[in-house]
Amino acid sequence: MLEGRQLECTRGERRLFSDLSFKLDRGQLLRVAGANGSGKTSLLRIMCGLVAPSTGELLWQGRSIRAEREEYSRNLVFIGHLNALKDDLTALENLQVAAALAGLPAGAARMLTGLDRFGIAHCAELPAKVLSQGQRRRVALARLALSDAVPLWILDEPFSALDVGAVVELERLLASHLASGGMVVLTTHQEVEVVAQTVLRVDLDRYSAALLAA
Amino acid sequence: MIRTLGWVLRRDLLLVFRRRGDVINALVFFVIVVSLFPLGVGPEASQLRNMAPGVLWVSALLACMLSLARLFAPDHQDGTLEQMLLAGEPLVVIVLGKIMAHWLVSGLPLVLIAPLLGLQFDLPADALAVLCFSLLIGTPVLSLIGAVGAALTLGVRGSGALVALLVLPLYVPVLIFGAGSVGATASGTGAEAHLLLLGGFLALALVLAPWASAAALRIAME
Repeated sequence: MLEGRQLECTRGERRLFSDLSFKLDRGQLLRVAGANGSGKTSLLRIMCGLVAPSTGELLWQGRSIRAEREEYSRNLVFIGHLNALKDDLTALENLQVAAALAGLPAGAARMLTGLDRFGIAHCAELPAKVLSQGQRRRVALARLALSDAVPLWILDEPFSALDVGAVVELERLLASHLASGGMVVLTTHQEVEVVAQTVLRVDLDRYSAALLAA
Repeated sequence: MIRTLGWVLRRDLLLVFRRRGDVINALVFFVIVVSLFPLGVGPEASQLRNMAPGVLWVSALLACMLSLARLFAPDHQDGTLEQMLLAGEPLVVIVLGKIMAHWLVSGLPLVLIAPLLGLQFDLPADALAVLCFSLLIGTPVLSLIGAVGAALTLGVRGSGALVALLVLPLYVPVLIFGAGSVGATASGTGAEAHLLLLGGFLALALVLAPWASAAALRIAME
């Protein structure tokens, strides 16, 4: 279970949000909403432990995520708005390295099923630099297909650059992850239909400093 | 842990192999800078012999620094560094893997080509051997210290000049004892003391630098 307590995020002089608390349980999806610049990406990076919140703390299974960083990292997959692909490696190699670093088995056959899930198995041997924006996004997302055993997925705009087919596939993947007791945090501007027991919503506009001052 | 180290090493070496030009540039830079000195100073053999250790070591230092920009910055730009920070393995191990790859690619070639360049300066065989050996234990220190500098300046504008300012002063002891070892052999006092000190630097840097770089990377990502 992931719990945030009175989180506050300050970027430079600007306070993006404050006093933000949430609780995310197994099988639940948390959707972070908010206008551009409201701090969605910052909140996600705080949730991953990449950035420390200015105040407040994040608890994973009741323990602070900063206390056991590696242990926490093994329990999460983060896909940011950067696809984290090396241009000079092939799609397959990119996925293998990502899986190996995440401590997942990195056999080529397994990687290919992941790529196939997003319909890009035929690009496996192509260097990432020749892939289109949508294809690169698919390669990044193929990691999810290998990570069903990792409980917490944190996704920053996962639907950007995807075509209709890939959106449906991703929705299906998220639904099955949630159904098997996983947790998903995501930001998106699109209306998505993910089947989940509970969809929580954090609207950052409500926590913004401007509003608090008023 | 060994598996992670292996994967990072493999990944970085593969990336370099796909972009061979970068490595060749640094190596050619080393060869050209070293070769410029005999041309500029003139063919006086005893003078060349005296300055050879210093010239070779300073050039190795500069060549090594040239390639530091490639250590973390590209990974930072495309988001793969972020993923490494979230890898679930100690970041130190990953950083150590990257440093090892950096040395294999930008340090080891210098060690291998140095004896050939030493001939241009009319260095005797025993001095050439010591030169090689001092570079062999000295260049890893350059990569290790350089990694700290590269991590500290990550994402900073004009980081190239900043790395030089941060790292060059720290390279001074390595330069003194590295070049000193060759000089000592040539003058007949024996290089053991210098080489032992270089080995000491290597041990110290090996213990401290990966931790310092990992901490600096975490700060840079905030």
